[in-house]
Amino acid sequence: MKIIVCLKQVPDTAHVKLDPVTHTLKREGVAAIINPFDLFALEAALRLREQVGGAIHVLSMGPPQAAEAIKEAIGYGVDEGLLLSDRAFAGADTWATTAALAAGVRRMGGADLIICGKQAVDGDTAQVGPGLAMRLGLPQVAFVKGWREVAAGHLVVERQMDDGVDVVRLPLPGLITVVREVGEPRPPSLKGKMRAKKYEVPMAGAAVLGLTEAQVGLAGSFTQVVEVFAPQASGQRQMIEAPAQEAGRLVVDYLVRDQIIRLGS
Amino acid sequence: MALLIDKDKCTGCGACLDACPFDALSLVDDKAQVSEACTLCGTCVEVCPEGALSLEEVTRAADGRAAFSRGVWVFAEQRDGALPEVVAELLGQGGRLAADLGVDLSAVLLGQGVAGLAGELFALGAQTVYLADDPRLRHFNDDIYAEVLARLIALHRPEVLLAGATALGRSLIPRVATAAATGLTADCTGLAIDKERRLLLQTRPAFGGNIMATIICPQARPQMATVRPRVMKKGQRQEGATGRLVTVEVAPDQDSATQVLEVVRAVGEQVNLTAAEVVVVGGRGLGKPEGFDLVREMANTLGGVVGATRGAVDAGWIGHAHQVGQTGRTIGPKLYIGLGVSGAVQHLVGMQSSEVIVAVNSDSHAPIFQVATYGIVGDLYEVAPAMLARLKELRG
Ligand SMILES: Cc1cc2nc3c(=O)[nH]c(=O)nc-3n(C[C@H](O)[C@H](O)[C@H](O)COP(=O)(O)OP(=O)(O)OC[C@H]3O[C@@H](n4cnc5c(N)ncnc54)[C@H](O)[C@@H]3O)c2cc1C
Ligand SMILES: Nc1ncnc2c1ncn2[C@@H]1O[C@H](COP(=O)(O)O)[C@@H](O)[C@H]1O
Repeated sequence: MKIIVCLKQVPDTAHVKLDPVTHTLKREGVAAIINPFDLFALEAALRLREQVGGAIHVLSMGPPQAAEAIKEAIGYGVDEGLLLSDRAFAGADTWATTAALAAGVRRMGGADLIICGKQAVDGDTAQVGPGLAMRLGLPQVAFVKGWREVAAGHLVVERQMDDGVDVVRLPLPGLITVVREVGEPRPPSLKGKMRAKKYEVPMAGAAVLGLTEAQVGLAGSFTQVVEVFAPQASGQRQMIEAPAQEAGRLVVDYLVRDQIIRLGS
Repeated sequence: MALLIDKDKCTGCGACLDACPFDALSLVDDKAQVSEACTLCGTCVEVCPEGALSLEEVTRAADGRAAFSRGVWVFAEQRDGALPEVVAELLGQGGRLAADLGVDLSAVLLGQGVAGLAGELFALGAQTVYLADDPRLRHFNDDIYAEVLARLIALHRPEVLLAGATALGRSLIPRVATAAATGLTADCTGLAIDKERRLLLQTRPAFGGNIMATIICPQARPQMATVRPRVMKKGQRQEGATGRLVTVEVAPDQDSATQVLEVVRAVGEQVNLTAAEVVVVGGRGLGKPEGFDLVREMANTLGGVVGATRGAVDAGWIGHAHQVGQTGRTIGPKLYIGLGVSGAVQHLVGMQSSEVIVAVNSDSHAPIFQVATYGIVGDLYEVAPAMLARLKELRG
């Protein structure tokens, strides 16, 4: 089975903060990391390869430094990588991102299975996976938490819904996005790390992919960010300054008063 | 498309370097310089004290769809023939947007044997209901659902389409937006109309909730958004209201490649965190797995469900299905109670839109207190039992 894992390099969001006064992003020591959900995608691919054999390729769109993320993936035992990088890709929304990724998938010769993370933690959109599937005309199952069956022509996967799980048969070629339950990422192997050190990440720009500037990046995007601001502290805040037991009683009284807790039934 | 830097105005102060979340700016010869890492987010433009930075105007040509697209649509998700709460919220908000635009509100309902729900959609404010009732729509399969919805859009050209940011909505709608060749904004917490330009102003958290962004889709139609459950207000229910019912045929050649073999509902302890009115979350501050007995008792007493931090899940005290936050569920209940939760940003992003937040933590500096409606500094093993006792007392 040939698997392509879509992987994004993201800023470590834990350290990105907007200064509520100056409205500027504070970025003390923000490191670039592999999107955590994409590590689950990688782990899923590694497990599938262990089960049925085949090859794993990783595909990423990003600035040249995103090559680091692909090298890191090589360390986990991935066979090949491709980085889509071009000034023209800057400012892409999910529509323009899937345009580039779809071209990247074609350039890699397609795959039996494409695996995306559930979402990227910078944008939290969860839109690229399903959008990419549509662009490539592939069937999809999002939010996959595991699989029951792997065969040459199909997978039987478990999809996490809000109120339970659906068991879905996905014919291949197809695309899945995965959630954490597919498996905790293993550490990179020593052998992989050695290979990663020497690995030269292949790169492709818009022209090579047969894409015009109008199709990618900000120019190729439908959506536009018009304003960025600090989250509003909603409602009032109150510290209940009282000894523990008294505070516990008081907060219940406040919640009843505010009609947040109802006493009847 | 590019970030423009006016080298004459730039004083090399470095304010933009500090502000850039992507490390895309550097100083070369005391002037700002931008690299490929730039996503054109515009943060630097705002902070530059000299006004030396600007974003080149987007010149993407409008494709004309805006001129002839009218109406607000809501995708009325149904599971097992029932409408989740978010549909009422979407119709409430959709009605307000439709009024601002001076257009009608419609709902789209897909499924098998779901015609009976049309009346409910009218009562919730829909003036038109598009109904596709077909055995092939019995279960949720992305491809056929997307195809039916995309064909309806092409035929009737709504200018706005809203869906719930539920598992189903977030799986389906990006596929629909791509099929319809339009923009989509995920998980919105605020929606408004710019009347003059008939634009939907879509506000959503980004960067793990650390910033809010307002997004527009000026050129293409429909303007599509998934909307976070429990954020929008429902409309006034009009008992017995009726409207126009348009039945839609599923074309004979339409079928889904995927096949739902089995549907397993969460059994036993219900962990439908997304729909819960009350969520009681236990963190590592519980100190031991048995601490969740107290959390569970609190949840049961309040008719709520049990949530957990990643700290507690990683400790093995409770299953991951309970996890709230960036790598767990996003919730927005009426009442959130956090017991021994520190309030790491990855947790906050998943619960910040809760209506009322109660936090109990022994550390007065815990970040959770910055978002708490009511904060209590104290030992949760003293505070929580006192809360339970008071509840019992009041309920008699
Ligand atoms: C990529 C990534 C994704 C993540 N995703 C998530 C996510 O989805 N959800 C999530 O929750 N976390 C997530 N995290 C982890 C997050 O950063 C925190 O580590 C986690 O939320 C901390 O859990 P906690 O509050 O239970 O534990 P701690 O941070 O250890 O806090 C325990 C708190 O309990 C208090 N306490 C101790 N004893 C008592 C007592 N007797 N009474 C009252 N208070 C007491 C302490 O003062 C402390 O503040 C993620 C992290 C990363 C890097
Ligand atoms: N620039 C990118 N390069 C490669 N994969 C991406 C990129 N952006 C998003 N993805 C994939 O799509 C998933 C969802 O991302 P998003 O829609 O941005 O939340 C991620 O987990 C990745 O698997």
